[in-house]
Parts: sequence; C-alpha cells; structure tokens
Amino acid sequence: MADHHPTGIKRWLFTTNHKDIGSMYLWFSFIMFLVGGAMAMVIRAELYQPGLQFVDPNFFNQMTTMHGLIMVFGAVMPSMVGLANWLIPMQIGAPDMALPRMNNWSFWILPFAFAMLISSLFMEGGAPNFGWTFYAPLSTTYAPPSTDFFILGVHMMGISSIMGAINVIVTVFNMRAPGMTLMKMPLFVWTWVITAFLLIMVMPVLAGAVTMMLTDRHFGTDFFNAAGGGDPVMFQHIFWFFGHPEVYIMILPAFGVASEIIPAFARKKLFGYSSMVYATASIALLSFVVWAHHMFTVGMPVAGELFFMIATMLIAVPTGVKVFNWVATMWQGSMTFETPMLFAIAFVILFTIGGFSGVMLAMAPVDFQYHDTYFVVAHFHYVLFPGAIFGTTAAVYYWLPKWTGKMYNEKLGKAHFWISMLFVNLTFFPMHFSGLAGMPRRIPDYNMMFADFNQLASIGAFGLGLSQLLFLGIVIATIRGGKKAEDKPWDGATGLEWDQLPCPAPYHTFDTPPKVN
Amino acid sequence: MSTETEEKYEKYYVPEQSKWPIVGAVGLFLIAFGGANFIQQTTGKYGNDGSMGWITFAAGLTIIFYMMWGWWRDTINESMEGLYSSQMDRSFRQGMLWFISSEVMFFAAFFGALFYARALVMPWLGGEGNNVMTHALLWPDFIPQWPMTETPGGETTQGMGPWGLPAINTAILLTSSWTLTIAHHALRDGNRNALLNYTSITALLGIIFLGLQVWEYIHAYQEMGLTLGSGIYGSTFFMLTGFHGFHVTIGTIYLIVLSIRCASGHFTAENHFAYEAGAWYWHFVDVVWLFLFIFVYII
Repeated sequence: MADHHPTGIKRWLFTTNHKDIGSMYLWFSFIMFLVGGAMAMVIRAELYQPGLQFVDPNFFNQMTTMHGLIMVFGAVMPSMVGLANWLIPMQIGAPDMALPRMNNWSFWILPFAFAMLISSLFMEGGAPNFGWTFYAPLSTTYAPPSTDFFILGVHMMGISSIMGAINVIVTVFNMRAPGMTLMKMPLFVWTWVITAFLLIMVMPVLAGAVTMMLTDRHFGTDFFNAAGGGDPVMFQHIFWFFGHPEVYIMILPAFGVASEIIPAFARKKLFGYSSMVYATASIALLSFVVWAHHMFTVGMPVAGELFFMIATMLIAVPTGVKVFNWVATMWQGSMTFETPMLFAIAFVILFTIGGFSGVMLAMAPVDFQYHDTYFVVAHFHYVLFPGAIFGTTAAVYYWLPKWTGKMYNEKLGKAHFWISMLFVNLTFFPMHFSGLAGMPRRIPDYNMMFADFNQLASIGAFGLGLSQLLFLGIVIATIRGGKKAEDKPWDGATGLEWDQLPCPAPYHTFDTPPKVN
Repeated sequence: MSTETEEKYEKYYVPEQSKWPIVGAVGLFLIAFGGANFIQQTTGKYGNDGSMGWITFAAGLTIIFYMMWGWWRDTINESMEGLYSSQMDRSFRQGMLWFISSEVMFFAAFFGALFYARALVMPWLGGEGNNVMTHALLWPDFIPQWPMTETPGGETTQGMGPWGLPAINTAILLTSSWTLTIAHHALRDGNRNALLNYTSITALLGIIFLGLQVWEYIHAYQEMGLTLGSGIYGSTFFMLTGFHGFHVTIGTIYLIVLSIRCASGHFTAENHFAYEAGAWYWHFVDVVWLFLFIFVYII
C-alpha cells in the first residue's frame, strides 16, 4: 500500500507527492544547469583569446545575461527546492508537504517560465542583453523587445518561488511530528525555513522592480528616468534589496547540507547546534541591510557607503561562527572521506575563499577598484559553484541511497569530486588576478596582458563543464544498476530519514507521525 | 506509547492526484506569454502587430478562472466532507498569513520607490548634496517640490488633494472593515442573517469604493492632467493606488463569493477558514489604503 504509486505521464503531471515533486525539481534544475553551462562554454570559448573569434558582442552579452538568469533562477534555486521537497517532510516526520497541490503548481510553472525565457533567444532583436542584474536604463530604454517576455517570465518564477517558500515554511511550522521541537530540527530544515522567510520577503520586491520596468518601457512612467523625477540608481536599490537576500537564498540551504554531512562523516555531533541556528538567522536578518554594497560606485552619500560597508562586514561574524563550527566538528573526529564528505569539505574551504574575497569587496574604497572587474566574477562564482552547487552535489551523493535505494559507484564519485575540484579552481582562481589587474567583466574582448589567465580559466571551464556530465552518468548508472543500498549506508548519519525509514524511502512515509525522542 | 500517539493523532489529508496545478501552470503561461504580446501590440512599440496577444491572454485568464473554480470546488467539497483536521486548518491559515506578508512586501517596493524619489532623488535633482552640477547643467529651472507639478523634463500636472473624494473613500473602507468585523462576530455567534447581511454590505462598500476611484481617475486624467506619464508623481500615484484598487477588486469578488457561500450555509461557527482568510485579506487591503492616504494624498 505504502509503495503504491500512479504510473505513466499522469504520475508526474498530476502528482501531489513531495518525493515526485522533489525529483522533478532536481531533474529540471540539472537540465537548466546544463543549458546555463553551455552558455558559459560559449563565453569561455570567446574569452579563450583576446579579440573577437566566435560571437559578436551583442550575442556575448545575451550569453552572460541568460547564463546568469538560468543559473540563478533555473539551476540553483530549483535544486534547493528539490532537496527541500525530498527531505523536509522525512526529516520532520510529516506525511507530505503542507499544501501538496500547490507544491505541484509551484514546480510546473517553472518549465513554462524557462521555455519563455529561453525562447527569447530566437526573437527579433535577440534575448535580453543587459546582464542578469538588468539595470535600467539598459533594460528599459535600450533593451530589445524580448525584454517584455523576460519580465513576465520573472513574474512566473517569482510566483513559483513564493508558493514554494510558503509551502516550506508552513510545513516546518505546522507539520512536525510530536516531540520534534524547533531546536531538535535537522539544520537543513532550519536553514530552509530561514531561506523560505527570505524568499517571501524579497521575491515580491523583485516583482515590483520588473513591474516598474514594464510600465517605464510601455506606459510612460518615470521610475528610472531622471528627466521625469525618477532615478536609474533607484532601480539598483530596489533590485539589490531583492538581490542580496537572494544570494543567501542560494547558499543557506547548502549551509544546511554541510551541517548534516560533516557530522555524519566525522562521527561526531555538530560542534554547536544552537549557535549554527542563530548564526543562520543573523546572516538572514543582516542580508536586508547590506544591499548597497553592490553599488558603492554609483555616487552614494558617504554616510550611506559607511553604513553599508560596516553592515556588510558584520556578516563575516556569523559566517565565521559557521565555518568555525564545521571545522570544530571535524576536529578529532573519526573521519572518513566518502564522496559527500569530500564535497562538503571542499565546500567549507572554497566557500571560505569566496567569503574572504567578499570581505575585500565590502570595503568601499577598495571596491572602487574591484567593482565590475573579474575579481567580482571570481568572488561570486566561488560562493556559487563550490558553494551552492557543491552543496547540492554533496547532498545528492549523500541522500541518493535514500532516494533510489541504490549506492552510487564510490570510485567514480571520488573521480567526479577530484576532477571538479581541480577544474573549479582552475576556472575561477585566475579570475582573481585578472580582476585585480583591472580586467572588466561582461566584455568579449580584453587586453593582451590578460591572455594567460583567461586561457587557464577557459581550459578549466571546459573541464568543469565536461566533468558534470560524469555526474549525470553516475546518477543514471546508480538509478539503473547501482548496488542495493543498506537502510543506513552511512554509519554516522542521524535523523528520522535514516533512523526510521528504509532505503529507498517508500512512496508515502510517516502517514502516522513517528516517535521523536 | 504508540497507542498514545494514535489516540491523539488526527490524519492529515494528503490529496490524491489533481489536474488543477498543471491546468494552472498552462493558464499562467498563456497569461504571461499573451500578456507580453498584448502589451507590445497595444503600445505598438516594436512593430509587433496582430491580435494574438489579447486572445492568448484572454484564453489564459479563462483557464485560470476554470482552475480556480475547479480547485476551490474540490477543496470546498473536501472540507464539507469533513476530511480536514484542525492541523489542516492551521496549514491554510499560516499559508494565507505568509501570502499576505508577501503582498505587503510587494506594496513595500512601490512605497520604497515613492520615499526614495521624494526624499532623495528630488533634492538631488534640485542640486543638493554633491549634485550641484546636475542641477546647474541639466535642469537649471527645476524646482524641487512635492507634488512634483513640473518634472525636470518640463512635464506639468496638478497634485491630487486628500480631502474630498479620497477622504470619503477612506471613510468607506474604514466602515467596511467595521461591518466585516460585525459579520465575523455574527459568524462566531451562529447568527446567519446578520452574517449574510453584513458580509454583503461590506462587498457593496467595496464596489462603491471602486466606483469612486474610477471617478477620481477620470477626473485626474481629463481635468487635472494627472496621468501615468506625469513624471514620478503620476507614476507613484497611479501605480500605488492602481495596485491597491486591483487588490480591492479581488477582495470584493472574494466577499461576493463569501456572501454566496454564507447564503448556502457553508460556514459554521467552528469551521470557516475561507471566511477568515477573506476577512484578513480585506483588512490588509484596508491598512494599505491608510498608508496610501497618508503618504500619497496627505503628506
């Protein structure tokens, strides 16, 4: 009975099952990851050498724009929602998400939204070409016609995200098994509930920003037009009020994943559970008052620069608490280094590098030099690729036995890790240097002096892109013919999903709430 | 131990498969895709001609209404069959509260734009701070004042005063919140007649409010020269009051549906989530108006 599920295409179209919806989110995000990755390959091919080789500058701009949009909204965010769908009900002992039908609606909006966004590549005038941050007036006065489809697409993604976030937050606050008090919840659940709160608070602001763009473009409003009493800089303020919490939306669930995996393979309890919860909440709250550090060079009053600089640097404190926590958890642990743990450790180290470059960028006077250079590109790719994406990858390896009932091939998993580790650094580390030397971002051509670093980065990027196909192969091989997994393949793993459920988890779990001690 | 859990435990209703989400996704896509085409075809900006835009848009709207009808019919039936536990009721309630929170943030974006434009951009355009040259070189004739009756670019308009129609509308909305609260108390006391009467009165007040707002807009466009294109003052005025009016429209339709459901005896003193959600939504729309009245009209 518990394992009975509908079959055929209807299973996926009409489903109300959190595991089915989680799988669809994860597969969708991986497809988007490949699409966005292919665009990154175009960018790196063009940047392999100075001069213009493959694409014209306008198409290059479309590639940087679409790469960013697809990776942020199509790959990273849905992958986190997929993990949330699969894990949160099992981890808190709930029979499903709180609002299962709305859950399916949240998912199915996405393929349509991205079909529309990607179709803009084939429209007259090309796809949006103003960068994923779509600053006015590039996105209003000077933008291609397809921008309107982009705007409506962003509205759809926003609706999907808000409904997904409401579902998560209600599930966590209302569906916990008796005895699962808030401070007993796994950290992945904690980080996701805080993420959901951020989503509910900032996605509507993004909707407001694109709505103002739309009316500025078509209905004569002057929000971002100084001659009408508006201000293009106002766009940046509204955008980054959304945009800064957005970067934490992408990373916080990965923090949660690391906080689950590291204790499991260090065979120790997390060093400081409550400090981790409070640190996550502090990061989230601070994220609302730091947005203007993305715009130090727009000519803000000095008092504003100082405020945003200091507030930004404050974030290093709770982030430091987290990194310290992970390291202290490993300290004197009986560690083993299976693939999930390797990705989790790399996450801690490489995310910290991205965090440090973030502190450098937080200093307003220094940022005047770094702004819009490859240093910024290096910074945010370090927190996104070996941060968010390594986090998701670690989670997939860790929970794959729970999802499929099969074990992945450990040797291939480790190979995937080491190749990714090598190439991710080869791709993004040289960008620090070219950026510090002054190479601007989003430009298809560059000075000869940057040629070596760019060649290294391009080689790294091709390797990194190819190695993710290995990941796809490993997952498919596991599903098709992996060795049967034990119910608890990781002896240090804790939590309801490992202690009380078999591998694979049956289609319906916890119809009756489990007993939580 | 386990018997204790079972005794206390009410089953959480996990619905069977449903077609409504995918229907809704298709509907939303047609609204978005058709809407973008419709807008381009209306303003004629990019030589995107034809009439497929509004047809697609209308088809999308129809599908969404069909979805709402079917989806809510299913939930109402499930609720009337007694499938929903008190835990389920809490899920709905919390979901509605978070949805209203997200709505608050949507309005916050436009209020933020209003405050930023008024408190920072306007003085800067007038030469304050380090913007002396902006004023001197670009728009030397610009006088920073609010309402911005003349934009830096020379667009002129008049400001909308608070007393008169907006004040009457404020009174109407405040009264409607009061009548809705009376209805809500009647529901809890099991007084069906008072419930039906006061809910209908509230919906009627919503309709009157909307009628007066349409009248105000006509007055603004035809007699005051205040339009969406009247600089940042017109932009913020119409976008804030316009989105509020859109929410009042949704709220009024909601209240009409609630009136019908009250007449059909759907709500009991204990079980009436849909009613309370509508009441919360209406109060939220009311509070937004109070902020609008203060910051858009009075100050």
